[in-house]
Amino acid sequence: MDRRDSIKSIMLGSIGVGVLFESCVNGVSSEEIKKTISKFQYGRTEKEKAYDKKLFSIQCFSKKEMKTITQLCNLILPPNEFGSITDAEVPELIEFMAKDIPSYETTIKNGLSLLNQFSIKNHSKSFIDCNENQQKEFLDEMAYPDPDLSSSEQKEEVQWFSLIRNLTMTGYYTSKVGIKELGYVGNTPNVWDGVPQDVLDQYGLSYEKEWIDKCVDQSKRNETAVWDDDGNLLT
Amino acid sequence: MQIKENLKEYDVIIVGSGAGGGMATKILSEAGLSIAIVEAGPYYDPANPDQMTQMKWAYDSPRRGRGTTRPFGDFDQAYGGWDIEGEPYSQVGDTQFRWFRSRMLGGRTNHWGRISLRFGPDDFRKKSIDGLGEDWPITYDDIKPYYDKVDKLIGVFGSKENLPNDPDGFFLPPPKPRLHEMFYIKGARKSNVKVMPSRLSILTKRINNERGVCFYCRQCARSCMAYADFSSESCLIFPAQKSGGQIDMYVNSMVRSVTTNEEGKATGVSYINKDDKKEYKLKGKVVVLAASACSSARILLNSKSKQHPNGLGNSSDIVGKYLHDSTGGGRMAFIPELMDRKIYNEDGVGGMHVYSPWWLDNKKLNFPRGYHIEVWGGMGAPSYGTGFNVNAFNKFFGIPVGGYGDVLRKDMRKYYGSLIGMDGRGESIAMKSNYCEIDPNQVDEYGVPTLRFNYKWTEHEVKQAEHMQNTFEEVIHNMGAIALGNKADKSSNFGLTKPGEIIHEVGTTRMGNDSKTSVVNEFEQLHDVSNVFVVDAGPFVSQADKNPTWTIMALAWRSSDYIIDQFKKQNF
Repeated sequence: MDRRDSIKSIMLGSIGVGVLFESCVNGVSSEEIKKTISKFQYGRTEKEKAYDKKLFSIQCFSKKEMKTITQLCNLILPPNEFGSITDAEVPELIEFMAKDIPSYETTIKNGLSLLNQFSIKNHSKSFIDCNENQQKEFLDEMAYPDPDLSSSEQKEEVQWFSLIRNLTMTGYYTSKVGIKELGYVGNTPNVWDGVPQDVLDQYGLSYEKEWIDKCVDQSKRNETAVWDDDGNLLT
Repeated sequence: MQIKENLKEYDVIIVGSGAGGGMATKILSEAGLSIAIVEAGPYYDPANPDQMTQMKWAYDSPRRGRGTTRPFGDFDQAYGGWDIEGEPYSQVGDTQFRWFRSRMLGGRTNHWGRISLRFGPDDFRKKSIDGLGEDWPITYDDIKPYYDKVDKLIGVFGSKENLPNDPDGFFLPPPKPRLHEMFYIKGARKSNVKVMPSRLSILTKRINNERGVCFYCRQCARSCMAYADFSSESCLIFPAQKSGGQIDMYVNSMVRSVTTNEEGKATGVSYINKDDKKEYKLKGKVVVLAASACSSARILLNSKSKQHPNGLGNSSDIVGKYLHDSTGGGRMAFIPELMDRKIYNEDGVGGMHVYSPWWLDNKKLNFPRGYHIEVWGGMGAPSYGTGFNVNAFNKFFGIPVGGYGDVLRKDMRKYYGSLIGMDGRGESIAMKSNYCEIDPNQVDEYGVPTLRFNYKWTEHEVKQAEHMQNTFEEVIHNMGAIALGNKADKSSNFGLTKPGEIIHEVGTTRMGNDSKTSVVNEFEQLHDVSNVFVVDAGPFVSQADKNPTWTIMALAWRSSDYIIDQFKKQNF
């Protein structure tokens, strides 16, 4: 996904169809699968339910890999008064996406393995066993893409870290705690009656009388519409 | 293979339950005719909690709404998409036609943009104006009474503007513009681009006691549980059932062909039940195809018989020809003034509150036909993709991009809601050389021969797309925004979308007075077979720079009135 697509997806949700990758093999108990299914009730068709169930029944990463992912996520977005990446279930999302977008599985696994190789070389222990300062040394090497290059032109480890950062950010800000932190207050029944006056003032804008006269009078929204023969609204 | 036959003979069999099929169902059933609706997808009701996606949060989905199984995201209400497993289509040469299908009751009306524009007087006589394509056999005056009735029955907000080719109707009042839309108004006016309230079939005001009023969640693409936006089942089919219509619904039923008798008249349809994969037959005095332009053409072409060796209604060899979709182009921009903006609920209706109708005179331009501009942006609900490349705009200020830690939180907040986008949707020229046909080498999983597409944009559309890109750039500059990405140039056809991608495909069974150059007459009745009609967008002679749904419904109503009249005259 290039930047242009990813920016648009902020608004529209992303576009793309994945094919189920079969290489994630570790099993999940049927009890756990049931629990996960009941957690996600979102209007699926039978075919979609079967697809989700298949993904829920696979565990993609080892415990150690999950632990490393969790630590990376914590460094990317440390916990604060609103919550943590654990509250936001970000590691679980990353694990799920590695099954939903098959190419992610190998990419993420290879990146984790590379990270450990560097870490063993420099500190003689795996990434998860390093202290936070040592871990951040690695991040400093990977976290800053060259703004003049496209995403596919960045160094491999930079691309990898960008993927983890993107998944962490989107996981957090689409969770209950993240939405609260961002301050998004929609997705609830309400009555839109224009931009608040203080906001209009802030930008030196105002509604024109001619335009606003055409707009809905929200106090009459429940009165049934009646028109004259020329299409003038009478109610 | 055993074919199971239903002994009941319906007055009318309607194939497909979208805008055209829904309207035909409503009008014909209310006249007392017995109806069978045959729909290729399952039953669907936006108020059914098991199917509902409205008011869900991203975290209700394990992939946070990503479009893995539904191309426009997990919560979009279209069962299907560009590619449906087991239902392939193919291309001739290097054609890249994209065919979006939604297999469910109500079809694509469940997720569409609700942009409800009448065609104007000039849109029915384009050949007389610029010499290209063909004129319609009807004029605006013929269809105007039906547009009026559709407005009142279904509800559309808009404003009286007295524009010559964007006729006013019976409008509900529009919502006030959002903040980013006020930036657009400023930029567009400075660029001499006309801006006005949009026209969407969403109830900003009550129209009856059966349907609710919009509660501003911006989720019309998820189909409204309160029936406050237009979807075919919620606004046409369910009300028709409630008012006592004799309507039998055959869902998960994929029509293979229209059956005919020795005289060449239609006797009904044959369909495959998707659940048991067996073939069934239904009998009807009249068959109304409303399966979508390409699907209806496919059914006609697959209905070969001794009497109709070239497919039903295809003695002219025109079925499938003149396929055309709207042109499309777009650009995004970042509005620095909107950084760190105050956050409040600006969801509004499911779509733009303002838009630009076509505003120029083609005599002064190097391309024919126009386009309108749609606007999007603002503080949307977080969904998969939110927070990707969170601080990419830092580069405009010379500060580092990327990083980790609490700085990302500040950047998330800073750039949230600062994006705006514009999309052009324009009219292409209907070409005989752009068509769908039966692929002799392929069948779908039900054994029905599939479609093959041949489609090339002409220079006209490419030049129009170039004009769009220039307009977007100027408007972006004039609203004080920064255009994102590189400007589309000749190497990419100036960003022109692939044919089919705008999902306005029309023209495959075009109407006309001459049975040698058209498939149906002005009442959407096959020239060749008097008891078969096509009431989707197939009969469109030209597309206009307007979205097709309102015209599909006005024509379907007009044709339904004609069918009722013919029943009264005992012509079926």
